[in-house]
Amino acid sequence: MKDPAKNKLKNKSSGSERCVKSVPGQAGKSGGFSSLLKKEGVRSVIASVVCVLGGILVGFIVLLLLSIFAENVSVGEAFSGIAIVLGGPFSGGSGRDILFQLGNMLFQSAPLIMTGLSVALAFKTGLFNIGAPGQYLMGAMGALLVALSIPQGSVPSFVIWILAFLTGVVLGMIWGSIPGFFKAYFNVNEVIVCIMTNWIAANVVSWIFKATGDRFINIEETKVNFIKKTSYNGVATATFGLDKLFANSYFDISIFIASAIAILLYVMINKTTFGYELKACGYNKHASKYAGMNEKRNIILAMAIAGALAAGGAALWCLNGSQDFKWDTYLTLPADGFNGIPVALLAGSNPIGVIFSAIFLKYIGVGGSNLAAQTSFNEYVSPLIVAVIIYFAGFSKLIKDLLAKQLKKAAIKADKKDSSGAPPAAETVIEDKTQDSASGVREDVKGGDHE
Amino acid sequence: MIFMLQKTLIFAIPLLIVALAGMYSERSGIINIALDGIMIFGAFVGALAAFLLRKTPFFVDHNQLTFILAMTVAAVAGAIFSLLLSFSAIKLKADQTIGGTALNMLAPAIALFTIKVFFSLDMLEMQRAPDSTGQMKDFGFVILNDDLPAAAKVFFDKAYISTFIAIGLFILLSVLIYTTKTGLRLRACGEHPQAAASVGIDVNKMRYLGTTVSGALAGLGGYIYIATVANGTATGAVAGMGFLAIAIMIFGNWKPLGIALGSLLFGFLKCLGVIYTQLSVNIGGKEIYFLKDLNLPMYFYNLIPYVAVLVVLAFTSKRSRAPKAEGIPYDKGMR
Repeated sequence: MKDPAKNKLKNKSSGSERCVKSVPGQAGKSGGFSSLLKKEGVRSVIASVVCVLGGILVGFIVLLLLSIFAENVSVGEAFSGIAIVLGGPFSGGSGRDILFQLGNMLFQSAPLIMTGLSVALAFKTGLFNIGAPGQYLMGAMGALLVALSIPQGSVPSFVIWILAFLTGVVLGMIWGSIPGFFKAYFNVNEVIVCIMTNWIAANVVSWIFKATGDRFINIEETKVNFIKKTSYNGVATATFGLDKLFANSYFDISIFIASAIAILLYVMINKTTFGYELKACGYNKHASKYAGMNEKRNIILAMAIAGALAAGGAALWCLNGSQDFKWDTYLTLPADGFNGIPVALLAGSNPIGVIFSAIFLKYIGVGGSNLAAQTSFNEYVSPLIVAVIIYFAGFSKLIKDLLAKQLKKAAIKADKKDSSGAPPAAETVIEDKTQDSASGVREDVKGGDHE
Repeated sequence: MIFMLQKTLIFAIPLLIVALAGMYSERSGIINIALDGIMIFGAFVGALAAFLLRKTPFFVDHNQLTFILAMTVAAVAGAIFSLLLSFSAIKLKADQTIGGTALNMLAPAIALFTIKVFFSLDMLEMQRAPDSTGQMKDFGFVILNDDLPAAAKVFFDKAYISTFIAIGLFILLSVLIYTTKTGLRLRACGEHPQAAASVGIDVNKMRYLGTTVSGALAGLGGYIYIATVANGTATGAVAGMGFLAIAIMIFGNWKPLGIALGSLLFGFLKCLGVIYTQLSVNIGGKEIYFLKDLNLPMYFYNLIPYVAVLVVLAFTSKRSRAPKAEGIPYDKGMR
């Protein structure tokens, strides 16, 4: 907070924005909407909404085209189809089905929030964590090994739960720090190391479970490709009756845990010196080294925390108690790991935004499976829509810039009207700029998160 | 030994061609993280083409022709698909990593969506089909040639025609990017686009060229992968081969020779995991399966290639030289 470099950095990044603010008499006149638009955060949200709408539109066009060309599908089905996708769990049928799907959706969002946070934190520190699937697998393995090997009754089961969760997190932390280490000390691109560690993790996990033989493998239910559910050992995330409330779904408190972690992460990134150092290393490694930060340590720490987050997501999923975990030969890596990337992108790497974008992704996913169940379309519409949304998310900066430009234009117009007759316009603007640079800094420090 | 070299070649060829694809776009200044997605798309369209062609007995009779046609279709599809990336990265100056990630998600979604709609399955197989005499013929595009000296057997027995085409393309394109005027211009755009523009080079055009060539090669590589390694089945995934190709490109220092070396090494290590139980040496008239006898699990051999890449990277990274301007949208006014 006291760091003068922070003010300088922020000053530079939001320079154009302040020019807009400095125009006099504008806020009062042009009403609520444009004064809202002046906030960078609001502009980000608008940009994300535009992306989402674009994605949905493309999804609809695909359904429409298909209904025109395919003989067995009527055009009307395209309309009802997109409605089913957008309805998410609410298009599930009867009230009980809706509750069941809603509960499952909220449960499944928790791991996705965690992997989204993992990718988002890495983005904030200038790294691309494509290694979340590997960290996820390591976390799952750690959590399962501990949850299933401490004998039931020797310690209270919530202690086992906590131990299992922490083991998973620590394993993920170690796994995540490998790319960080390679980046910091060998200057190897973290993307390539992440990809390698993903596949190494997949094989290590299979190997270890294979080596432990029958101990953890679910032979009783003849699901030999899967590990025993943790409820065999009496370990399950607390539900406080939420699962009953939501029609016996898998709903437990994991989404609240994940959300709490998201808020903690938000505070860490935006309000602490440590978070600031991490971000600074992302902006400019050399400058932060010059400013006396240990940039190597920060890179490794950032990746370690990212790994811990992804692994925590896996632990939350496995420790639910009723989930199957596939241990045998992986041909593909866990989807929740990769889906952390779109979640983070859609949220603009904001930890709070990650909560909502993860839930949104699962929401669309549930809509997709309802679509497959109820019409002749299939569930792959949902990933299609999400992919298009991410494609548009690449333009979100463009959209934001456009909004800012429009705002500036409107402001200049208002200013011209304002100054006809009164003192010369140029002088007012310059004067205001100098005033504002002081107040702008204060606002930036208060406002915290801008990007 | 011959068997091992043949297998190595089969694994190495898709990696070789896709890593070259990555090189072409990165040398022009565009990070192509979408290689995996383009491979999936090319594989899907190529498989669809082969599937449709094989409904006509003529194309079942002429296997090699069908193979080449499907490869061409796959390459064209890849090139068109990559335009999505180049449009967002060049015209709209969007973040190239985001665009690439979107393509990586888009390709399996499109492939699986279409396959499921038309075939009610999660995969598309280039099936057995009747030839002109009415006999059912397998999808088998292998050139069989038994009576050859051992050295020639590696290349000319049980080989795929794609292997020769891929090697030919690789050599041709590697030479082109280093010896022609266009190649030099393309490379300049990846190093210092403003300087290139100052001598009259159209940076955007060069970058479009690089990405499109990259897309075509990646689509081709994707089809070769499913036709030779994955038993002719398009599933909306290529087992992360696109990402491996990126790794090999970085490993090969963005240079053709390094890429060739890297993909051979990686292809060898990768095929080890598949064939280690069948490897034997003949000592005193007795076949000894030396790797099988070690009794290590398959997972060990599967993770060797990845560990090997990490170790090699750690030692060679000091001389790593990425194109300077890669990933940065071209801005005329910037210096």
